[in-house]
Amino acid sequence: MEQVVQYFQDFPFDLLLIQTVNGIVTGLILALVASGLTLIFGIMDVVNFAHGELFMMGAYLGVVVLAATGNFWLALIVATMMVAILGGALQILTLRPLIGRDPLNTILATFGLSLILQNFALWEFGPVSRKIQEPIGTYFTLFYLQYPWYRIVIAGLSTAIIGGFWLFLKYSKFGIWIRATTQDRVMAEAMGIPVPWVYTGVFALGAAMAGASGVLFGPLGSVNHTMGLDWVLKAFIVVVVGGMGNLGGSIAAAIFISLLEAYASIWVSPSQAVIVSFVVLILTLLFRPTGLFVATPK
Amino acid sequence: MSRHDKIYWTGFCAIIAVLIVAPLVLPVFWAKFLTEILIWGLLAMSSDLLIGYTGMVSFGHSAFFGLGMYGAAGALLHTSPPNLWLAILAGLGGAAGAALFVAYFSTRLRDIYFAITTLIFSQIFYVIIFTWTAVTGGENGLIFTRPHFNIPFIVDVRFTTVTMHWFVLALVAGSYLLLRRITRSPFGMVLQSIRENEARTRAIGYPVQHYKIVAVMLSGLFAGLAGVLYGVQNEFAAPDFVYFVTSGDTVIFNVLGGIGTLVGPIVGAGFFQLLRELLSRVFGEQFPYLIPLGVVFIMMIIFLPQGLLGFAKRWLNR
Repeated sequence: MEQVVQYFQDFPFDLLLIQTVNGIVTGLILALVASGLTLIFGIMDVVNFAHGELFMMGAYLGVVVLAATGNFWLALIVATMMVAILGGALQILTLRPLIGRDPLNTILATFGLSLILQNFALWEFGPVSRKIQEPIGTYFTLFYLQYPWYRIVIAGLSTAIIGGFWLFLKYSKFGIWIRATTQDRVMAEAMGIPVPWVYTGVFALGAAMAGASGVLFGPLGSVNHTMGLDWVLKAFIVVVVGGMGNLGGSIAAAIFISLLEAYASIWVSPSQAVIVSFVVLILTLLFRPTGLFVATPK
Repeated sequence: MSRHDKIYWTGFCAIIAVLIVAPLVLPVFWAKFLTEILIWGLLAMSSDLLIGYTGMVSFGHSAFFGLGMYGAAGALLHTSPPNLWLAILAGLGGAAGAALFVAYFSTRLRDIYFAITTLIFSQIFYVIIFTWTAVTGGENGLIFTRPHFNIPFIVDVRFTTVTMHWFVLALVAGSYLLLRRITRSPFGMVLQSIRENEARTRAIGYPVQHYKIVAVMLSGLFAGLAGVLYGVQNEFAAPDFVYFVTSGDTVIFNVLGGIGTLVGPIVGAGFFQLLRELLSRVFGEQFPYLIPLGVVFIMMIIFLPQGLLGFAKRWLNR
């Protein structure tokens, strides 16, 4: 009994709260990455292997524009636009010829894209990591820690982007086209919706979300040419755990997994905390292979 | 013996003969290069059993390859004198363990989901190997000396570049014949029917998931053997080879050479390595050879999805 009391007295509740905030912040960035991935998968049936590399390109373009202009928010907007254009162009060049073929061909093609983008970044920017300066340098006090406002701002921005995107899907004309194409591609085409361009648009949108999250994440870590793989792996886990092609599910899964990882890193090193998300994935595959956050199929 | 068989076996013997003679006439660098191509070819061939014959794209072959490598390294470091056969056994054991784990979980999912989960699982092994420094040497990997080639009481000789090549060639050729036999067996036929129509195969009454698990394990064993050979050839085991890049290369070899042909992946591996060597010789070491290779890869998927040897697929599998 005494030991239990002692355990609870020693239990780092303040640390727990800090890690909760950290987990939610990373979770929201991850949600932004994963919802781009889910969008592309849900609508085009394409697993975008190059998604992490688009994230990385966003971060690098952010570094470049920030160096040129000195304004982070401008860098965010410009880099996002450029990644969107890049994504659209890549879709037209490589994925459009593959429409109607086995989805496995598209996974291979996007894998090829990821190789090219990653090595381009290595060649262009070199192997040394870059940093992005935090645009908001102020802090507030969270227990004994000076917690940066920037992280809270990121969380807000990610939520805003995802929310805006949801409204866009629900109410805009292009959003309705997208949903129509998801439901029935042939019928949508018959109603005069330019389906190939919807695909291009969707890919560009997904790429833009990856690019934006890349710039937003930049100040939290270092920008290098291999950062893409870590994120795309996490995003894949999130997408499988959340249920493939299910937007709400992947957002929930992103926050859930990031929280778990944040808690785990109280006790083990962050590189081992990754294993927690693997365990979640394995358990999901064992007991609910359709995804944790989807309604039980009848 | 039909005419097809005659041509096939004549061709097979001719190629093997060329590969036997090659290290005797080639300079040492190219002889080693050829040995490595054979090893990569074995890895690619093992993955072809899944990609080409069962229709499951694995992005996780680095796990089997790496576990084979580390298993061999462990056996070589902990036995004295280091024994080649024990190393192979340990490597195959390691790869089989990894393959059982991956197979059990990821065969629950199909198509792209399978591809993604194999990738994630191989990354688990990478994280474990990379962080468990006490056993695996972490980032530095393990360094060991090459064991002798020995048959108890008969021979015990040191490997030279040439004999190593012959040893690898013998194992790769043997694996090829074995894999060819497997793909033409009733078991292989069921795998191909899973590729063509999984639902129907299940409806006929085949326990599809069991077949898939066995397929992944077989594939993992051959990939593990490739890992052992690579370790023995280069006298080290490094975490880089467990990383995703190795799996990606394996898929590239398959697509370049032609899936579902077994020979194609070897050709693809050779093509890839030669192109890489050529590019880095012409443009210098720093040249990002994966950019042009990536472009070639995407072009092949769009315009030549059967790969370099795709035209011969039907003939090779007859």
